[in-house]
Order: sequence, then structure tokens, then C-alpha cells
Amino acid sequence: MENLLWLIPALPLAGFLILATLAVVGAGKKITALVGAGSICLSALVTLVVGADFLGAAHESGTYSQTLWTWLEVAGLSIKMTLTLDALSLVFIFVITFIGALIHIYSAGFMEEDRDYTRFFASMNLFVFSMLILVLADNLLLMYLGWEGVGLCSYLLIGFWYEKPENGYAARKAFTMTRVGDTAMAIALFMLFYQSGTLVIGEISTAAPGIWTPNSTTVTCIALLLLAGGLGKSAQLPLQTWLPDAMAGPSPVSALIHAATMVTAGVYLIARMHVVFGLSEVAQTVVAVIGAVTLLLAGLTALTQHDIKRVLAYSTISQIGYMFLALGVGAWTAAVFHFMVHAFFKALLFLAAGAIIEALHHEHSMFKMGGLKDKMPVIFWTFMAGAISLAALPLISSGFYSKDQILWYAWGAEGGSPLLWAVALLGAFITAIYTARMVILTFWGEAKTEISHYPGKRMTIPLVVLAFFSVFAGFIELPHNFGHFTLFSDLLHGVMPETALRVDVSSEWIFQLLAAAATLGGIGLAYFYYYKQPQRLENLRQDMVLSALHEFWFSGWGFDKLYNVVFVRPFLAIAKLNKADVIDQLYTGIVAGTDGLYRLVARTQSGSLRWYIMGMVIGAILILGIQMML
Amino acid sequence: MDIAFYVTAAVTILATLLVITRHNPVHALLYLNVSLLSHAMLFYLLGASFAALLEIIIYAGAIMVLFIFVIMLLNLGKETAEQERKWLKWQVWAGPSLLAAVLFVELVILVSSSDGTAYEPAEVTPREVALSLFQVYLIGVELAAMLLMAAVVGAAHIGRHKRLVLHRFLKEEPEENVHEEEPVL
Amino acid sequence: MKSSISIDMVILLAGLLFALGIAGVIIRKNIIFMLLSVEIMLNAAGLAFIAAGSRWGQPDGQVMFIFILAMAAAEVSIGLALILQIYHQHKSLDIDKLKEMNG
Repeated sequence: MENLLWLIPALPLAGFLILATLAVVGAGKKITALVGAGSICLSALVTLVVGADFLGAAHESGTYSQTLWTWLEVAGLSIKMTLTLDALSLVFIFVITFIGALIHIYSAGFMEEDRDYTRFFASMNLFVFSMLILVLADNLLLMYLGWEGVGLCSYLLIGFWYEKPENGYAARKAFTMTRVGDTAMAIALFMLFYQSGTLVIGEISTAAPGIWTPNSTTVTCIALLLLAGGLGKSAQLPLQTWLPDAMAGPSPVSALIHAATMVTAGVYLIARMHVVFGLSEVAQTVVAVIGAVTLLLAGLTALTQHDIKRVLAYSTISQIGYMFLALGVGAWTAAVFHFMVHAFFKALLFLAAGAIIEALHHEHSMFKMGGLKDKMPVIFWTFMAGAISLAALPLISSGFYSKDQILWYAWGAEGGSPLLWAVALLGAFITAIYTARMVILTFWGEAKTEISHYPGKRMTIPLVVLAFFSVFAGFIELPHNFGHFTLFSDLLHGVMPETALRVDVSSEWIFQLLAAAATLGGIGLAYFYYYKQPQRLENLRQDMVLSALHEFWFSGWGFDKLYNVVFVRPFLAIAKLNKADVIDQLYTGIVAGTDGLYRLVARTQSGSLRWYIMGMVIGAILILGIQMML
Repeated sequence: MDIAFYVTAAVTILATLLVITRHNPVHALLYLNVSLLSHAMLFYLLGASFAALLEIIIYAGAIMVLFIFVIMLLNLGKETAEQERKWLKWQVWAGPSLLAAVLFVELVILVSSSDGTAYEPAEVTPREVALSLFQVYLIGVELAAMLLMAAVVGAAHIGRHKRLVLHRFLKEEPEENVHEEEPVL
Repeated sequence: MKSSISIDMVILLAGLLFALGIAGVIIRKNIIFMLLSVEIMLNAAGLAFIAAGSRWGQPDGQVMFIFILAMAAAEVSIGLALILQIYHQHKSLDIDKLKEMNG
């Protein structure tokens, strides 16, 4: 049954092709929904079958490859269309197809009223196909194909409601920002091929220790360039500014692309190339530091946002920061574990937020929501399930198990340090605050906006399923002092090394306790300021320093302004200077010269026979003259 | 015999000069005839008696007759001479003459740069010419025949007396009007 | 009937006649005269051929002259037919009035 692997990406592709045709022909919404969601659901089923078969077969190498055809064959470079399944890609395709299927079912209800229903599903299917190619690719070039494919789909879907100029702007911004990273990644691929002569990931991983001495400049360069690619896609510092604006797209898009799957492509890339990263301490440290700084910055920004989707966007950046931190300290499995858990709860939060926004006349501001606890119970409870996972409520939420692991490794792993741990703990505290703030503002208090309509079954069922996983997905990996159940990391250890510890494992409970305390403290703080005594918050707002800080954080630490001044303005200025197109002048000049000569010669065509003869005589004289000279 | 050559050459140049300066077309034509006859004489002196005969028969005979026919057809006479007199101002001919003179000077310089030894003109009999013409140059003869054929057909076609034909874009009146004028039966 | 003429003299004569012909073509405005001048030029070329043929004692010069003759006959017949047409359509033989084919 493993040989059905090709069906997993093929089904979404077929769905896309059918939908693209239907979009031209014009089709009913029912058939669109059936094809759009059906293809992903089938893909998810195939994933389950293939996955079960793969786990049962227990391959020696831990991978299963399926070569479909040769894509390129140029002097020494042979790129094959090969799909590779191993534990890491299994986790990813499971998340992509499963969450993808749920989100598609949700979208069938959510996008009901939209007139570009077919286009939406076509783009979504294409996205799922690209993402599956990205994670199933056996070589880096095929992966790059998927990488660019998801970028394109992200662009298409952010700008889905293209009538509004802001949405188009957001789409272009996302595309351009990620392009910066993609360029770096392409250079990394060139260097890898130049150095190792192959782009097949498995071969690179095997050959890497023989080619590069640890910590050599070359390997650090390659790792950093790959990292830059990951930073662009995963919206990490300094390329993070596109993600909050990407919320211009429909909520299911935010859930699928900008929370669950595409933005974690950077995590996948680094996890996939862990051998290369493992050879460079500098790159590892950079990954960890960027993760730590990003999680803190994004967390603080999330604290100040009004728009519920922007809060979630910044929290996504922050949570991916945790994953990078885990990758940086060498806790590979912890990062992937957090990716999976995060995919569940963040998709859930986005979908629930989308349902709320739609119910409230497309109201995005949390300050205009409130009192939804009793009016929308299903949404409330599912949102709560996601929120406790995001806040990492101790023991009962899966987010606790994944984040606690990262916090522990930030201290205890080989590459960890007290500073990284402190930042991560502070981040956890902030996460708890903004999560609680979001929940309190949205569901408690008095209702400020009337509910126009309630979400249907197609929207609530995926929410319930996701809520279940958000709470219970964490229990497949429990810490040693709490059941010591390591199903997930055991699965991945075939692909990625175990995390080396620098301190004894017995001290872990202290850190678990501290993490739990940070979470509870954060929730308590938010409860105190936003629910108990809101007037105190008003007093805080009066403070000059705090309000200035609020303003600064609200703008996302001024990164947009900075980039505007440093890059956008000078670029526009140069473009303006070169409006006349200096280089083009040369070619325009050639054209003008030819044109002028033509006019000159055409003038001699006077129609006067006498002049023609005269010309011939002068020509003869000249030729004879030259003859005489010679 | 040198004297004969120089005299004939002088006659040729003089007659030619008169051809290009006469106002009356018939006068010019007669001088051209003189020039052609003296050409024939030159050919004869150069030992090309066959060419000399052809020059007289075809050129001075047949081709000149064509010219005379056309002049008679167009009835070119005194008015043309008057007009030519008006046209041929010195401003008109000074420039072209200078050009022609320059060309001639160049020719002189080029020709005189060769050794220029005198030689005995060899007689080339019609027999030799005929043999060469119908053996070596047979293709050329065929082509010349075709050219003449085309000329005959072309002249017949062009020479037909046609009414003034205007291109359809240049016609002032659109064709629709023509239809309207036709009586309806 | 022997003579000893310098080939240069004959060629020069041909060149002079040719130059006169060219001058005639440019100077005259009447197409008939232009055609006459062209005949002079053709004859000058023929003379050069004949001279060359006689210099080397070869028949080729005369053969070329015959071709020139054939060409001249064709040219004159077509040219004169054209002149007739031009006269019929424009009522004039002034070459300067026929400037419709300008670029």
C-alpha cells in the first residue's frame, strides 16, 4: 500500500485541475465544494493508509522512496521526481492533509457567500499539492518547486479579495518579503550542489560530515543561507513583517497557510537539513537566538493588538520562534512536536476567530466583541480548547507538553543556555497574558456587536475535531517524570538524532514548575487587568512611557517603518531617478538613428529621374576616384 | 590610315555634341544618324566589318526609323524646339557638364596610366563572329532572343491606346453613384 | 588596310562619347532627347568592346556588340512605347513633371 504515496499529492493536484477547469466553465457551489474538499479528504485517507503501512513495514533505512520520473537530466545533474516518506515527512503530510481536510470542510461553509468560490478552492488545492511536494521531495530542487508553489498560492490567497487595494498590497508584500529568503535559499542550493555534487537530501546528509569540517566557513555559510530561506517563509526576524498583513486573506487561508503549514516550512527545512546545521555551531546559535528574540518581540506585539487575527498572527510568529529556538538548541524532535501541536490549536483558533468575525458583521477588533460566551457556546468551548493549548495551561493542554519540552531543552540541551531559557520563559508568560486577554475581551464582558448569523454544521464540526486534537495531541509525548511516554520522539529518532543534554534530567521538574507558574501568572495578570479591574488598565494608559511603549509595540517594533525608510524609499527614489530608463536610451537612440537615416534616404527618393542619374554619375565618379587612389 | 581614324573620331564627337545640344528633335536625330554612321566607320577601321554593317543596318536603319515614327506620331516640331530653347539655359547644363567632364577626366587618367602601345588592328571576319556567337555564346543568343520577344510583347501592350486609368483610391467619385444613375427597368 | 592606332585613343574616344551621352541625359528635360543620349552611351560602350576585340584579335568584342544591339533594340521599342503613353496621359514630355513615384 505504500506505493500509493504518489496519490497523496496527486489528488489535490487533480482537484486543482478540475476546479480550474470548472472555474472557467462555471460550476455550482455543491460540486465545487465536493471536488475541493473531497480531494483533500481522500488525500488524508490515503495518508492514513500509507502512514499505517509505513509504520508497520519498519524499513531499515527508515525511509520509503518512490521515483515517478526524471525531471531534469543535464550534465551530471539528474533531478528525479522522487517522493520520500520518512517519519519527519509523515508527521508533516499527516498534519497537512488532515488539518487541510478539516479546513476545506470548514471553508465550504465559510466561503458559501463568496462569488469566487471555485477560484478559492482551486487555489487551496494547489496550495496543498505544493506543500505536499515540499515535504515529500527527496531532493532540494523538487523541494524548492514546492517552496515556490506555496509562496505563489500564499500570494494568490492573501490577495483573494483583490478588489480592495490593501489586500493586493499585503499579497505583494508577503510575496516580496519571502522572496528575499527564497533568493538566499537558492544560493544555498547552488553552494550545496557545487560542494557536494548532488541535491538529493539523503545523499547530502550522508556525505556532509566527509565534505565539510565542522564549523568551517563554507558549511556555516550554507546553513545561514538555508536559514535565511526559512526565516522568510516562517516569518522570523528580520523578515517577519509580512505575516500580520497576510491576515488580509480569508480566515481559512490564515488557518491553513499562515498558521498550520506554510509558515512552518522553515522549521521543516532546518529539521530536514539538521546534519548541515549540526556541523556549524554558529548557525545553530543564530537559529536559537533568532527564535528567542522573535518569540519575545512577537509576543509583546501581540499583547497590544486590537485585531483578533493580528493577535493570532503575532502569536504564530512567536510560536514559530519557539520552534526555531528548539531547533537552535538541537532539540529537533521537540520542534517538530511543537509544530504539530501548534498546527492543531492555531488552525483551530483561526477558524474559530473566522467564525466569530463572520458572525459579527466582519468585525475584527476584539474591543468591539465581548459577551459571546453564552451566545456562541460551541465557538466558545472550541476557542477555549485552542487558547489553553496556546497559553500552555499545565497538565490538561497539549501545548503545555510541547512548550514545556522546549523550555526544558532551552536550558538543558547541549546548545541551551540560561539566557535562552529566561527569554523563553518570559515568552511563555507573555503568551499566557495575551491569550487570556484575547479570550476575556472576546467572550466575557458585555456584547458590543450584534450577531448576524450563526456558523453552520460544516463549520462547527471541524472546530470540534480540531479542539479534540488541540487538547489531546500532546499526550503522545509525556515528560519522563509524568508518565514518560515518548511515542512521538521515538518515531522521529529514526530520522533525527536525540537531543543531547548538558545537565541531569532529574532537575526537569523545577523548570516544569516554573513554566506552569509563568503561565498561571500570566493568565492571572490578564484576568486582573482586563476582567477584575479594567479601570487600572486605564490608569496605566495615562502613563506617558507606557503608552509610548504600547504605541511602539503596536506598530510591531517599527519594523515596517524601518524597512520603509531603509529599503522601500531609496528603491522608489532610484526608480524615480531612472524613470527615463537610462540603459534603454541606448536602444531608443539606435532606433531613432535608424529612423532618421531612413527618412534621410527616403528624401532622396524624390521621383526625379534627373537626380537618380546624377546620383549614379556621382557614384561612378567616386568609384573611379577610389580606383585612382589605389 | 591614322588620319582616317582621327577624322572619323572628330566627326563622331562633333555629331554627338550637336545631338545633345539641338533643340529640334528631327535635327538631333539626323546628327545622331551621322554619329552612328561614323561609329560604323570606326568599327570598320578597327577591323570589325560585320559590326560596322550591323551598326548601319540595325541602328542607323531600323532603330532610327522607330524614333522618327514616334516623333511623327507625337507631332514634335517647332513648338518643341521653342520649348527646348527655353529649357536649355546655361544654369541647367553647366552642372551636369561639369560632372560629365570630371568623369571623363578620370577616365583619361585611368586609361593613360596603361602602357598604351600602338597595335595593328586584326581583322575579325564575320565567320569567326558567327562561329563564336552560335557556339560559345549560344545561351546568350537565346537570352537575347527572349529579351527581344519580351520587348515586342511589352511594347505592344504598353503602346495600346488606353484611356486615362486612375487607381481606384484616386477616383473622385465613388462607384455607388454610377449604379444610382442607371435606369431601373 | 593596315593602321596602327593606339588602343588608348579608341578607349578615350569611347569614354568621351560616353561622358557626352551622360551629359545629354542629365541636361535634357525632354524624354526623347534623353533616350537619344542613352543611345549614344550604348554606342560608346559598343565602341569600347569592338576596340578591345580588335586589340586581341578575338570575335568576342563583336559578339558583345551584337548583344548590346539586341538590348538597344528592345530598350528603344519599350522606351518609345512608354513615351507614347506618357505623352497621352500627361500631354507633356517634360521629365521634371513625372515625379509621382517619390518616396
